[in-house]
Amino acid sequence: MTTTTASADTGERTVRKNSPGAARSPRRTGRIRRIGLPYLLLLPALLLELLVHLVPMVIGIVMSFKELTQFYIRDWGTAPWSGFDNYKVSLDFNAPVGDALLHSFLVTVGFTLLSVGLCWLIGTAAAVFMQDTFRGRGLLRALFLVPYALPVYAAVITWVFMFQHDNGLVNHVLHDQLHLTDKPSFWLIGDNSFVALLVVSVWKGWPFAFLIVMAGLQNIPKELYEAAALDGAGMLQQIRRITLPSLRPVNQVLILVLFLWTFNDFNTPYVLFGKAAPEAADLISVHIYQASFVTWNFGTGSAMSVLLLLFLLVVTGVYLLLTSRGRKTADV
Amino acid sequence: MSSTTRAPQPPLTSRTPRSPMAPPRSFLWSRGIFLTLLTVFVLVPVYVMISSSLKPLADVTGKFRWLPSGLTFRPYIDIWSTVPLARYFVNSLVVAGAATICSVIIAVFSAYAVSRYNFRGKRVFTVTVLSTQMFPGILFLLPLFLLYVNIGNATGIALFGSRGGLILTYLTFSLPFSIWMLIGYFDSVPRDLDEAALVDGCGPLGALFRIVVPAAIPGIVAVAVYAFMTAWGEVLFASVMTNDTTRTLAVGLQGYSTLNDVYWNQIMAASLVVSVPVVAGFLLLQRYLVTGLTAGAVK
Amino acid sequence: MRSIRAAAVGAVTMSLALAASACGGGSSTGGGSNDSPKTLTYWASNQGASIEVDKKVLQPELDKFEKQTGIKVKLEVVPWSDLLNRILTATTSGQGPDVLNIGNTWSASLQATGALLPWDAKNFEKIGGKDRFVDSALGSTGAEGKDPAAVPLYSMAYALYYNKQIFADAGIAKPPVTWDELIADGKKISAKGKSVLGAEGSNLSENIHHVFVFGKQHGADFFTPDGKADFTSDGVVAAVKQYVDLMAKDKVIPTGNAEYAQNQSVSDFAKGKQAMLLWQSAAANLKSQGMSEDQYGIAPVPVQSGTPGTGNQVNSMVAGINLAVFKNSHNLDGATKFVKFMTSDEEQKVLNTAYSSIPPVKAAQEDSAFTSPSNAVLKDTLAKSASALPQVADESQFETAVGTAVKELFADAAAGRPVTTESVKAKLQKAQQQMPTK
Repeated sequence: MTTTTASADTGERTVRKNSPGAARSPRRTGRIRRIGLPYLLLLPALLLELLVHLVPMVIGIVMSFKELTQFYIRDWGTAPWSGFDNYKVSLDFNAPVGDALLHSFLVTVGFTLLSVGLCWLIGTAAAVFMQDTFRGRGLLRALFLVPYALPVYAAVITWVFMFQHDNGLVNHVLHDQLHLTDKPSFWLIGDNSFVALLVVSVWKGWPFAFLIVMAGLQNIPKELYEAAALDGAGMLQQIRRITLPSLRPVNQVLILVLFLWTFNDFNTPYVLFGKAAPEAADLISVHIYQASFVTWNFGTGSAMSVLLLLFLLVVTGVYLLLTSRGRKTADV
Repeated sequence: MSSTTRAPQPPLTSRTPRSPMAPPRSFLWSRGIFLTLLTVFVLVPVYVMISSSLKPLADVTGKFRWLPSGLTFRPYIDIWSTVPLARYFVNSLVVAGAATICSVIIAVFSAYAVSRYNFRGKRVFTVTVLSTQMFPGILFLLPLFLLYVNIGNATGIALFGSRGGLILTYLTFSLPFSIWMLIGYFDSVPRDLDEAALVDGCGPLGALFRIVVPAAIPGIVAVAVYAFMTAWGEVLFASVMTNDTTRTLAVGLQGYSTLNDVYWNQIMAASLVVSVPVVAGFLLLQRYLVTGLTAGAVK
Repeated sequence: MRSIRAAAVGAVTMSLALAASACGGGSSTGGGSNDSPKTLTYWASNQGASIEVDKKVLQPELDKFEKQTGIKVKLEVVPWSDLLNRILTATTSGQGPDVLNIGNTWSASLQATGALLPWDAKNFEKIGGKDRFVDSALGSTGAEGKDPAAVPLYSMAYALYYNKQIFADAGIAKPPVTWDELIADGKKISAKGKSVLGAEGSNLSENIHHVFVFGKQHGADFFTPDGKADFTSDGVVAAVKQYVDLMAKDKVIPTGNAEYAQNQSVSDFAKGKQAMLLWQSAAANLKSQGMSEDQYGIAPVPVQSGTPGTGNQVNSMVAGINLAVFKNSHNLDGATKFVKFMTSDEEQKVLNTAYSSIPPVKAAQEDSAFTSPSNAVLKDTLAKSASALPQVADESQFETAVGTAVKELFADAAAGRPVTTESVKAKLQKAQQQMPTK
């Protein structure tokens, strides 16, 4: 009998070698190996996911039911259970903590929708425009990928430099050179900070949409366009009737991924605004970070994170439901 | 024999019927305008970064100037001493490199399993792994760090504050997206090729490495690039999980702005230096990236 | 076949081994002990112009300590943006330095975590006794009634730095003593085209330090005697409004400063663009930016009326850095020896001269190095008219909540929106409600 043994640490396996060319290997050997193999292949990924994502997440959820402030941080196991108190505080929209969380949530939703929308529009437009070969296309395509390739902090710190009130390029152009505003505006504090955040996010994010859509466009057979053109369809019509529907599966995935990534984005607002973001641009990831790390209130911070996770689960679930139903009707 | 004479061509005017395949003029116009504006939008910050890195300090502490008053390479020299940039660079390289290699290997194995086999729990696995995409980082930041500390205490393997812990973390971050992309890509490699290899006597792993992987190189490259970029640019976990010796660039660059005088020209120079490997690699491999994403995205 | 399988296994093993071998740093944990009597880990804060400067200042002293005691000190200079986070992770994980600098305003909060070694009479004996230290500095080492959680290391106070040239050009004979005088002087200065006073509007702790002093000058405290937050009393509201009005109404702080959080106001002063600066012990910083000592003068921070003193005449918080020991240290004896070394008279002289701060050790204060006119003002302020920030466990939440409120008020002022008593009270109310209730 062949035995397949595995040790979790190294994925080592010992199997009795099959004689070459044997088309009918002993059934039992083959089946055990076949059954065992996929699980073994998956083992490293599973272990890592457990260690880094799942177990800490469960601990995080447990923490949300405790009153975990600076007094108990040394030995979080001894922190007193507080039941749903942290959740009640977070969801009590009449009290300042809950109110601030709701405000932050709404800002993040608005920001994410706008950012994803703009990224997708610009990315798709660029991909469509760049489909045909023209002089300099390769160079342009390489240039367009640069914002996405830059590390987050390098890109964002440049924008911070540009958005400075006194010495920044943005005010220099808008106020000093183009005279569009009568005095230099503030971009890193105050209401304009939302616009600043949006600009930075779109600048960094649109090349990803561009890349994905461009890849998807390559799969659309040229004959479809040729046939439509011969039928007399104009450019816009071709885009509406051929391009967009063919891109549907790509777009569905792209929009979902962009939404999740943008909603959870911590790096961009943190480098742009530091630990205390202005109200107009208080994204939920930095808000929760401030509620937990900066004010030493980990119980509430964890509760807020769990609520955020639940929201994203619901959104993803609804989205997948709608899109799969849509796909069914489209196939009709 | 006289050469065939061509019938005189009517002059090309705007009324000339164009071939139906050629894009209309309005399209060309709008394309020109759109791409020009987009190029400006993309280029301006890049120009600011490059030009500011070559400016003397006076230029970057006063009103913004489009052109430097004098070109100087001093910032590129100073950045290495103001902050231990070389050490951060090495740390980032080690962490991102190791995370990428491990992530790709594990993703290849996992995607192969999902793509080629039907087994109980397959759906659960894919859904679980993919759903980790939506976990907010802050939720498991503190618990993960506590877990690392406890593992360190129990087994003596120092995960907290070490590069290894960060490598483990980053490689897990890029795993879901990588697995998912590779599943799509492996699916597009025909099964018959596998079967043929199996009949020839290769084990399943042999089929994997001899047939599937070579056919999926673009996808694998795409995944590797993604994993590297994720690890190179991550800020939150790096700020909590590193100490002075193991600090990565992501956190280290912030050292330029906590000084009493903000040396913008050095920050720009450091940003450029730090970005060059990633951007260069990205651009060199973009061909693979595009083809690699095609199959995965379409799935 | 076998070779491929072996290669696959080998690759996986190798990468895991690579990952494991890259593990470095970190140390095992345990309760306080004397397991490693030969080494110490010390986290210093960024007191100099840059981290490298701090290393240059401290390393010779650490070498001296090693020669004296045979204990090797591993130094890490942690930037301010990171320090509290790192202390937090060290507290949570139980793995951290043996000795560390803390901002003295953090003393009570950190004390509440229980991570720091309390300095009872016995421990104080080991470093020469509690009465070696100046009283005001001791007042910022922990909650009242409890043993101090740390030992004072450097003392600083706020002072008014003024540019002599700009004052001369504007025809101002001497620095202002009251806020009204400052505003009047401001008009003369802005007539000459220079900006008057700088502020770091987006720096939360700077905001706190100033509004606390204004609060004292209005006879109000941010916390009730039993430690509850009270940000909406008339005195506090008036205090915050007076500070923000410096930008909103009196126009002595330029609107651009609402964005400042990286000491840009110090640069503005050093470059001669700005006439006045309210800062803690700025001498070393200004020198590193090219401003020589004879170009500026130092005066006490203005008061509402009269002269600086106690009660309503307070004009500075007791600023400073404390030296703390982690309870979990593996070298408690060595850590205590190090604290003794750092608070010894000679070391106090060396370090405080380098950082242009005042020694909190009485004997060291008498030294001639600290009797220059600049240091005289700071010493005087510390001794007579400085008050410690509230030593409550919620201090860091207080800094965040109220500091952010002031930052937002500055943003309002900068945008030209009206700053009224009502709007100030509303923001402070929101801040108060964010304080933990338990």
